[in-house]
Amino acid sequence: MNRHPLEMLLALTLALTGCATLQPPRPWEKDRLARPEMQFEADPLDAKLTQHIYDSKEAATGGNGVGGGGCGCN
Amino acid sequence: MHNRFAAVAVAGMVTLMLVAEVVGATEVGEPAPPFSLTTADGGTIALADLRGRVVYVDFWASWCAPCRRSFPWMNEMQQRYADRGLTIIAVNVDRRRADAEQFLQSNTARFAVVYDDRGATPEAYSVKGMPSSYLVDARGTVVDVELGFRDDRKGAIEDQIRSLLSSR
Repeated sequence: MNRHPLEMLLALTLALTGCATLQPPRPWEKDRLARPEMQFEADPLDAKLTQHIYDSKEAATGGNGVGGGGCGCN
Repeated sequence: MHNRFAAVAVAGMVTLMLVAEVVGATEVGEPAPPFSLTTADGGTIALADLRGRVVYVDFWASWCAPCRRSFPWMNEMQQRYADRGLTIIAVNVDRRRADAEQFLQSNTARFAVVYDDRGATPEAYSVKGMPSSYLVDARGTVVDVELGFRDDRKGAIEDQIRSLLSSR
């Protein structure tokens, strides 16, 4: 540890920051994210039914998911 | 000795993380960043050559759903105001040209379409979402920035285009 403090520090900083230093894709680079196969749910109707059942079982609704797809347009 | 070095190293890391965030966006009142891009038939369109005309710069991609809805409206604007001094430039940001061409087959564009597959132009404008549009007046100043294509903004944009054309 004490023999290579700088190397240790560098490794530690990189490990701690993780992917935070990487740039997320810019809005015009989201072509792959916008593809249908990149959605969490394959079938919108099926997803709606599942959500409806979940809402009624939980007696609570809302708070699921966010607006917009991957393209950042909405 | 080691301590000072460590401090410098950490400061460097932090700076690196912050630098990515400090990118100025193109806003209303600022000069529109210049660009010179090629059309499908090999021609070049430069923003600087359009001084004196009102320019509507639109950034679009084949994978962007609202862009599809914006094309008929832009055709309409082009048809209505082109001879009065409006130029519509649709900047395509697709990485693959074939995707853009396929989009254009089902969505006719009766206005200028240019291609930027490297993303330099949207970078210069710091586009925040797709589609994004910039209305540029005859002096090359940005007078309106639209994020997304919304039906309830159509009228307001057209009004702006009309007033810019009459005060040109």
